[in-house]
Amino acid sequence: MDIVTSEFFQRALIGGVLIGITAPLMGLFLVLRRLSMIGDTLAHVSIAGVALGFLIGIYPVGVGLIFALAATFAIEKLRKAYKTYAELSIAIIMSGGVALASLLFTMGKGFNVSVSGYLFGSIYTLDTVDLLLIGIVTAVVLLAVALHAKELFLLTFDEDAAAVSGLPIRYFNFMISVLTALVISVSIKIVGALLVSALLTIPAACSLVIARSFRQSVVTVVVIAELAVTVGLLVAGVWNLAPGGTIVMLLIVILLLLLSVRRRFSAG
Amino acid sequence: MLTKQQHQPIACHQPIIELEEVSFAYEQKPVIENISFSVQERDFVGVIGSNGAGKTTLLRMIVGLLKPTAGAIRLFGEPIQQFKDWNRIGYVPQKNSFNPLFPATVREVVQSGLYNRNKLFKRVSKADAIKCDEALHAMKIEDLAGKRIGQLSGGQQQRAFLARALINNPALLILDEPTVGIDTETQEGFFHLIKHMHQHHNITFLMVSHDMEMIRSYLGQQPKQQSGKIKFYVKHSHDLEDCVETNLTHSLRELRQSMERGKVGV
Repeated sequence: MDIVTSEFFQRALIGGVLIGITAPLMGLFLVLRRLSMIGDTLAHVSIAGVALGFLIGIYPVGVGLIFALAATFAIEKLRKAYKTYAELSIAIIMSGGVALASLLFTMGKGFNVSVSGYLFGSIYTLDTVDLLLIGIVTAVVLLAVALHAKELFLLTFDEDAAAVSGLPIRYFNFMISVLTALVISVSIKIVGALLVSALLTIPAACSLVIARSFRQSVVTVVVIAELAVTVGLLVAGVWNLAPGGTIVMLLIVILLLLLSVRRRFSAG
Repeated sequence: MLTKQQHQPIACHQPIIELEEVSFAYEQKPVIENISFSVQERDFVGVIGSNGAGKTTLLRMIVGLLKPTAGAIRLFGEPIQQFKDWNRIGYVPQKNSFNPLFPATVREVVQSGLYNRNKLFKRVSKADAIKCDEALHAMKIEDLAGKRIGQLSGGQQQRAFLARALINNPALLILDEPTVGIDTETQEGFFHLIKHMHQHHNITFLMVSHDMEMIRSYLGQQPKQQSGKIKFYVKHSHDLEDCVETNLTHSLRELRQSMERGKVGV
């Protein structure tokens, strides 16, 4: 149990708890708007940015963030080009990101080990700069969601009605895209680029099973993500397992439990 | 063409919607060509047309969701580009546009009718909650307020969306096929309800419908105007009593009372 009191573990816990608030919150808006795959796409593109960061010696998470932001704009542009096949744009950008990442990996063979930390997460290597960045992103996301909770609800439930009410739809869509890119790029060091989408989507999937109101679903996603992050980190720390993988497996277990409990309820 | 000169001018009869040679094309394919039409205060306008005639496109242009490729639209006398007073318009879109699993209660949906530009940085106030209660009560769905919107029947959902549109006490109600997928009995009740609202409250109606029988029985046998495949049936406000000034609380309460007296059933 020594690991629990160690400094690197406590940093991991702080980072995990903060991401456990923001990732499922943004994920809820994405899932309800049927954009679940965006998280995965932005994470894959971020990895290309991280690889470039290593190659040119600039803070990798920062370069990843810029790549994720660029990807959100590219997706929007492509969505307009393929109006009726909007998901195509997500597939194109995702494979583009992976392709670019693989090119950058081979250009700098020496940093293979550090990059794999970003693929599967390396929460124990969080440093002060990482934590500071995660803290800032958390504050920005919480502020935006608290200020605009009702508008985000209307936009998510019925975008047409939001437009007819005179709400600035483009501003809100832009805000959601930027916040999602921010959250994903700071999350990949914690759960890894290949797993970050689970932290965005599985809590939302759980809330669809149990929440009746929007307010409940906001609370549910955060509670479930926090449960998975804290328990997952403890379990992974004590039994020396991969933290990112443990957190995601726990999320899946929670989802399966909720589904089976609901089935029993509706059967009874 | 319908112009205001055709009927007796009454002080409160302002033009609410004016279309001037409006056209719309989806990627060069014309959907609506050169429609000119105007809706006066307290008119009830029924829009009828076959599938693909452009009825929904027309409504979406009027509520600002689509831009006409040619022509001009004015709302309450103002060009649509400058129009800011969107809370004077209640819009009930076609049913089933939301996911039935969406986690939102009936109360949350009805209350969202209040969220507009003027409310951007404000919290939901006590007065807002009361408005919501009134709208739920008027539509006789207060018992369903805590239920998830997807659990309601088609007719109940439609009343929830009508309550959302009414919560701002709109001067203009725009309804897009409000009774699609609802059983005949419920449909009849719904039409009674909106007819009652038209006769006793200061609301102008624009409704797309496929129900010829209802349209004809209330708006007359012949369309007042036909434009391409779209027919406009109109009941002018001068067919009704004088204009009445009403406020939301008053109208909604009265609506509920008349429903309870058995005049209107949904």
